[in-house]
Amino acid sequence: MAMSPRKRAQVSRMAQYAVLLVLFVVLLAVADWTTLRQVFLDTGIMADMFPAVIATALKNTLLYTVAGFTFGLVLGLVLALMRLSSVGPYRWMATGFIEFFRGVPALVVFIALAYGVPLAFPGREIPGGIFGTVTVALGLVGGAYMAETIRAGIQAVPKGQMEAARSLGMPRSRAMRSIVVPQAFRIILPPLTNELILLTKDSSLVYVLGLGLSSYELTKFGRETMNQTNSLTPLVTVALCYLLITVPLSIVVRRMEARAERAG
Amino acid sequence: MTEPQLKPDAPAIVVQDLHKYFGDNEVLKGIDFHVDQGDVVCVIGPSGSGKSTLLRCVNLLEQPTSGKIFIEGAEVTDPDIDVDKVRSRIGMVFQQFNLFPHLTVLRNLTIAQQRVLKRGRDESAEVARRNLDKVGLADREDAYPAHLSGGQQQRVAIARALSMDPDMMLFDEPTSALDPELVGDVLGVMRDLAHEGMTMMVVTHEMGFAREVGDKLVFMDDGVIVEEGAPSDVLANPRHQRTQAFLSKVL
Ligand SMILES: Nc1ncnc2c1ncn2[C@@H]1O[C@H](COP(=O)(O)OP(=O)(O)OP(=O)(O)O)[C@@H](O)[C@H]1O
Ligand SMILES: [Mg+2]
Repeated sequence: MAMSPRKRAQVSRMAQYAVLLVLFVVLLAVADWTTLRQVFLDTGIMADMFPAVIATALKNTLLYTVAGFTFGLVLGLVLALMRLSSVGPYRWMATGFIEFFRGVPALVVFIALAYGVPLAFPGREIPGGIFGTVTVALGLVGGAYMAETIRAGIQAVPKGQMEAARSLGMPRSRAMRSIVVPQAFRIILPPLTNELILLTKDSSLVYVLGLGLSSYELTKFGRETMNQTNSLTPLVTVALCYLLITVPLSIVVRRMEARAERAG
Repeated sequence: MTEPQLKPDAPAIVVQDLHKYFGDNEVLKGIDFHVDQGDVVCVIGPSGSGKSTLLRCVNLLEQPTSGKIFIEGAEVTDPDIDVDKVRSRIGMVFQQFNLFPHLTVLRNLTIAQQRVLKRGRDESAEVARRNLDKVGLADREDAYPAHLSGGQQQRVAIARALSMDPDMMLFDEPTSALDPELVGDVLGVMRDLAHEGMTMMVVTHEMGFAREVGDKLVFMDDGVIVEEGAPSDVLANPRHQRTQAFLSKVL
């Protein structure tokens, strides 16, 4: 039986829909809904988690993420400028730093800061306690990634911009600050927002620091509550909270990318 | 770092035995020439002959490999000179305009005044508006560059350079990226500038402009100045065979 390509595509699509439908029906038939509901979506447990899940856990996740991102952004900008410097040692130092912190798991950085710093510098600790430590750890990891993004952004600004600024008498550093970097940030807003999403999730690694109740962020809070309830509901709840942060950010990124595509 | 001692009575630009290499490629092969105060010097020549490179060497956007350049009597090829200071006295207009796309027209004109000349906000805005008026764009100060036509963008770029009160202006094919119907406005602005006595060095393919406005015409080919003289002379009676060949193609 000869089929036109279009007809064949149509048949194949129908077949895929049919398979999905069968799978779905089977799932419905097999599933034990009462148990599932109890394990994953126990509304009683959910209600008990409020308001702490928002007032403490979500708030701390946001706080850690924003602080780490801010520190990482500043660090990333400095590293990017060092990478683009005409001074060799700056370039090498920045490259070494970036490669190290991009190549090492974020968890290792957290552990090193939590246990390594007190060992290496007896009697000293990172200022700001837990909050300071998370900020530094997330900043180091995020900064290493953002440095490469920012560098790419700076290099994507047409050379003529720097030349025009220099021809008006601006020193290189001033031209960078007033003309090139602001344009670079427009270009890299989408990837930077993606980095913010990644850091939101990485903030869960703070658990290795051994937290007091008031420092719980979403993941730690979810795990502790889970231990008390023998239900996965707390974890589902905090997962929903993460999505509350990350999905809008994803939408923003997609909008920005679509707009950039239209403009370019 | 030494402050350049600019002398307004010295020749605006003097170039002595200028050589420029990009890697092994010798792009300028010993250029000698000068621009007097108040003169308009037009530079013509085939693509790749080194016109842009010469212009960019004058304000040190390219570092000369050897040779000397004097701006108003100060040697700017001296490694100790404050290059930024020199550049702020020399306006530059690019083929691709190079306006700052993230800033409004007015801010394009004020930012360097404030950052480099340390002018206040009001003074810089006043200077900017005067120059926008001069190029016929007084009503567009709040626009962003992307919302202007090419001809308008280039006139803003000229106004931006003028807002620094430069002693001289360099133009690198200022009308080559423009639609033909927009060329006239830009040339008109440049003509007005010339009549006000601005010292100008203009790389251009606009022979009409060179003949009418230019005090001197320089023909470059393959990294050397082949011929220079009064524009009407060079255009009507080119002495060198290479000049004749070039002109027969463009005229
Ligand atoms: N940054 C650079 N690196 C390497 N080679 C370069 C660079 N800039 C220019 N060149 C080379 O130098 C030569 C002269 O270039 P230049 O731009 O000065 O010519 P031009 O006379 O302005 O030409 P056009 O009319 O096309 O603008 C060309 O062969 C070009 O390829
Ligand atoms: Mg050129």
